[in-house]
Amino acid sequence: MPKATTGDTVTTDEEASSSPSLGVSDALGEERTRQASGVNTFELRNVNVYYGDMLAVSDVSLDIPHNEITAFIGPSGCGKSTLLRSLNRMNDLIPTARVTGDVLYHGVNMYGPTVDPVQVRTVIGMVFQKPNPFPKSIYDNIAFGPRILGMKGDLDEIVESSLRRAALWDEVKDRLKDNAFGMSGGQQQRLCIARAIAVQPDVILMDEPCSALDPVSTGKVEDLMLELKEDYTIVIVTHNMQQAARVSDLTAFFTVAAMDETSNRTGVLVEIDETRTVFSNPKDERTANYVTGKFG
Amino acid sequence: MSSRVITPGVSGGGPNVRSLEAPGLRIGERIIKALLWVAATLSVVVTTGIVISLLLPSVGFFQQVSIVEFLTGTIWAPAFAEPSFGVLPIVVGTLMVVLFAMLVAVPVGLTSAIYLSEYAPTKVRKAIKPILEVLEGIPTVAIGLFAFSVLTPLIRELTPFLPWTGPFSIGVAGITVGLLIIPLVSSVSDDAMRSVPMSLREGAYAMGATKFEVALRVVLPAAISGVIAAFVLGISRAIGETMVVLLVAGAGNPVLSFDPTKGIQTMTAYIGSTATGDISQGTITYDSIFAVGALLFLMTLVMNVIAIRLVRRFREVYD
Repeated sequence: MPKATTGDTVTTDEEASSSPSLGVSDALGEERTRQASGVNTFELRNVNVYYGDMLAVSDVSLDIPHNEITAFIGPSGCGKSTLLRSLNRMNDLIPTARVTGDVLYHGVNMYGPTVDPVQVRTVIGMVFQKPNPFPKSIYDNIAFGPRILGMKGDLDEIVESSLRRAALWDEVKDRLKDNAFGMSGGQQQRLCIARAIAVQPDVILMDEPCSALDPVSTGKVEDLMLELKEDYTIVIVTHNMQQAARVSDLTAFFTVAAMDETSNRTGVLVEIDETRTVFSNPKDERTANYVTGKFG
Repeated sequence: MSSRVITPGVSGGGPNVRSLEAPGLRIGERIIKALLWVAATLSVVVTTGIVISLLLPSVGFFQQVSIVEFLTGTIWAPAFAEPSFGVLPIVVGTLMVVLFAMLVAVPVGLTSAIYLSEYAPTKVRKAIKPILEVLEGIPTVAIGLFAFSVLTPLIRELTPFLPWTGPFSIGVAGITVGLLIIPLVSSVSDDAMRSVPMSLREGAYAMGATKFEVALRVVLPAAISGVIAAFVLGISRAIGETMVVLLVAGAGNPVLSFDPTKGIQTMTAYIGSTATGDISQGTITYDSIFAVGALLFLMTLVMNVIAIRLVRRFREVYD
């Protein structure tokens, strides 16, 4: 597939399906069991992320398919969160952060000169490690995005449908005016997901969304992810391998490697494949060691 | 079954059981605790002493002048042969200073705080913040002189259509006090806004909020209690400011007027200009200083109570 540049528009289905998903072991002609749409939401080509002079993520190329859940796993410091944050330009908030290579969103270079990071984030939402509701009412938390974006439509309806979509409506419908900080951690995280949904994004990025939650809340959030993938492309960073195995369609394994010429260590992509393959029959020994718990 | 005696340091066949009693009296700990208690008590005692020393002479004053007359009278002429003690003119003078000071300090202080906290690169902030703190420490008499010699003529030059009379102006005094408290308002508000967790900002950015929306609709509301505290500190400072007011608004004209171009006496200016060597203890004029002082104290107290209520009501608790 030719390298798309800023000028290119949306990749056609044909192109996308014929493009070899980098590192995916379906090259042998095995039929995919996954119901793949064949459309890629993101295509990363030779992406490097720097903090100042430090290379945090090195030379990542991978495809993230439409309306599926892609999990980034790997040991601490492997750059998976950094890479996730380059997918909606959250890295722009760090003055020294810099991205090279191509991050294509439906064929458009997200770091092209005409791309506005604020607009990017209305299309590609994010849920964070620690629930971060605003210190406002539950209602105002959900209404925040639609209000600042000046979205048309009945605000009450948007709030209700977002909360319903996040399976939170029944729990909070009688206390919408209460401060969101009165909710449990799991509810707060689902509120944050509802808040992200309220602005009708195309993609939801989740940066270890369950690491601060108890197992029951984690289960609820995971169920929610599986429901949401019908409408959204989801990319999740997780430390929890069972979680990756439970919810994701594709898994990308990253690790920390020493650069050849220097002693600096940097995050690299080891392999990306269907989740079941990564966990049961990984191509790379490092992946095998990690998923079986021998390392990391 | 045998009872066991706990003997420290004895290592027999059993475990080495050590004493659980304090090894000494911990005298140092007791002294520190006592010193801390004294320090804490001292501040309360001093404050109480100030209030009492204000109130006692005022009691004498209010035996001769009724409180109602004092609080509602509109003529302040304590030195006249037939004195009149209506405090309203100088209260209005003080409030005019507060009004003009806050008209300057709130918008400028808040904007600069938003810039420092949300927009300024680290380098710029690191350079500006100490400068602000130095500015807070400039003697107010120096600022008063600057206002008298530079600011007053400048403002007159710029507004020839206003009916300026005489060398003094309560409006210019208020503006000067406003300039004086900008660093305070800005610095305290900046601290409050910077203590808002980064995660709240990220949450808003992740929904497509612009920097300004994040600052105005997330950071500022979350920091509002600190920002209001900054305003209250500023108001208290403006109420109590004496030197600038003496120099710029004059001390000789206790008329009830809302005209900012006039020189009007304020409560502090009255106290400052009256409490000199010329005044003899026991006279009603002497006592009137304390009555005005007590009223000043009451005003700041009420201010602070209102502020605490406001802060509780609008506070957005995070974490």
